[in-house]
Amino acid sequence: MNWIAIGVTLKLAILTAVILLVIGVPIAYWVSFSRWRWKFLIESVVALPLVLPPTVLGFYILVAIGPHSPLGQLYADLVGSPLPFTFQGLLFASILYSLPFAVQPFATSFDQVDRKLIEASWTLGVSKLKTFFRLIAPLSTAGLVTGVVLSFAHTLGEFGVVLMVGGNIEGETRTVSIDIYDEVQALNYAGAAKTALFLLAISYVVLLVVYALNRKVWSIWPPK
Amino acid sequence: MAAEVAIDITKTFPGRAPISAALTCRIEQATSLVLFGPSGSGKTTILRSIAGLEWPERGTIRFMSRTWLDIGSRIRVSPQQRRIGYMPQDYALFPTHSVAGNIGYGLGDLSSVDRTKRVDEMVDLFQLRGLEAAKPAELSGGQQQRVALARAVAPRPQLLLLDEPLSALDAPTRLQLRGELRGLLKQLALPSMIVTHDWAEALTIGDVIAVMGDGRVLQVGPPQEVFSRPKNADVAQIVGVETVVQGHVIAQADGLATVSVNGTTLKGLGSDAIGSPVFVCIRAEDVVLEQTGSGMTSARNHLVGKVSEIVPHGVIVHVKIECGFPLVAMVTRGALEDLSLDVGSPVIAAMKAGAVHLVPRS
Repeated sequence: MNWIAIGVTLKLAILTAVILLVIGVPIAYWVSFSRWRWKFLIESVVALPLVLPPTVLGFYILVAIGPHSPLGQLYADLVGSPLPFTFQGLLFASILYSLPFAVQPFATSFDQVDRKLIEASWTLGVSKLKTFFRLIAPLSTAGLVTGVVLSFAHTLGEFGVVLMVGGNIEGETRTVSIDIYDEVQALNYAGAAKTALFLLAISYVVLLVVYALNRKVWSIWPPK
Repeated sequence: MAAEVAIDITKTFPGRAPISAALTCRIEQATSLVLFGPSGSGKTTILRSIAGLEWPERGTIRFMSRTWLDIGSRIRVSPQQRRIGYMPQDYALFPTHSVAGNIGYGLGDLSSVDRTKRVDEMVDLFQLRGLEAAKPAELSGGQQQRVALARAVAPRPQLLLLDEPLSALDAPTRLQLRGELRGLLKQLALPSMIVTHDWAEALTIGDVIAVMGDGRVLQVGPPQEVFSRPKNADVAQIVGVETVVQGHVIAQADGLATVSVNGTTLKGLGSDAIGSPVFVCIRAEDVVLEQTGSGMTSARNHLVGKVSEIVPHGVIVHVKIECGFPLVAMVTRGALEDLSLDVGSPVIAAMKAGAVHLVPRS
């Protein structure tokens, strides 16, 4: 088993999930609460990675962060090295790629919070920000956990985007899925099988968490 | 602290007639202003606009010396800054918070010592002792209502807004809490605006009643005046109770109360204690007119009086009778002719005890 690839993958997935919690919550809040007529335009953009082939997304990200684009140039000027084929570049791509997996569960759980509760909080003099932390977030924990876990799991398994944006650099951008592909190409089926099993196990556990959390009836422990 | 509320707003919801209401009302320290009308008349929209939860597309809302809304000058004060206590129809208690947590929710500006003290005061005032740690789902309807009221009152708002405060309760609890709510509002000495579609509730709680219909404020005045002297046919139809007079209970036996109104005695259903003041409410269609000298009927009340006015409304006629107090009866044109009634004719107005509604009024 390639522990270096596993390390890179876990680091990437954890960072992606944490960053998506931070930037996904405000986006989801806006999606859920905005009454703007053209909101669906933004919603569609957020959902785009769900339907786009990872190679297409990866291609555009590669162009966008490449040395010839303003964004890539800005980054190169600030940090001193270009973004493509680095861990940071891969992280950027992962965040975009997993955005809907965080934003959609967040927004769905915000949608389900009774607006009357929120209004009651406002009339009690509590600001919108504090209302979020004191009322909306506690009522949306299942959705928040689901979004974080799904974006973590989705990042674990990404392949196309990694290949396009990250390349295949040992210890930097070679993730588990790339490693499995390499092993198979090298006809090392035993090595591939071990890593694949590892990925399968993690993914299954993660989905167990999601489905268990979203169960209406909790049969293992009675609801408190 | 005298205060004035001045509202003049227009709000349109898609697919519905616009709500266009103007209302100016002086409210003293403990005045309860009741917005009364059928469902869909726009009263909740008015209340929500005053709370800052609904944004009308035109108009102004002023409370005391402050402007809360002036669309023309782009003034929009947020609900957080209005210092109001708002209780929605289904209470909207926070399910994740305990009773004490709900009551203390709006007290974030206080130190934790002051907050605990204030919550404690509220728990006593609203008789919630022993329930501080309970979650809203564990409470009865009446308890939930008290928690919601305590939560709204705790931050010392300058105006209390209650949307159908009793409608979520079952009928017996509602009857019991009607009187209690009025007492509580007086005790709090807070100006309040209360939305209701129940005329008995409006009469019990209101110091001033604003009758609403079709998105407009039709008449504003003291309860008795609004009910007994509706400005026009629309108001009369909405209030639906033509006779409202003040009286007091003089005898009480097994839920049958005898009431004196200006010396005239009436029997009505009600278990109010002897001596308690009540509004005696009688619908015109419940009054039966008899010629003087006719026989016994099952009706408990036979009031002797004189016809003072006859007002035709198409096939039906409103007959006003002076029988110690002004009473309105509704009869058909044919019945009027058969009884050969005219202004000044002596007449007997009969009504069952069940048609004499007694609304407690302290």
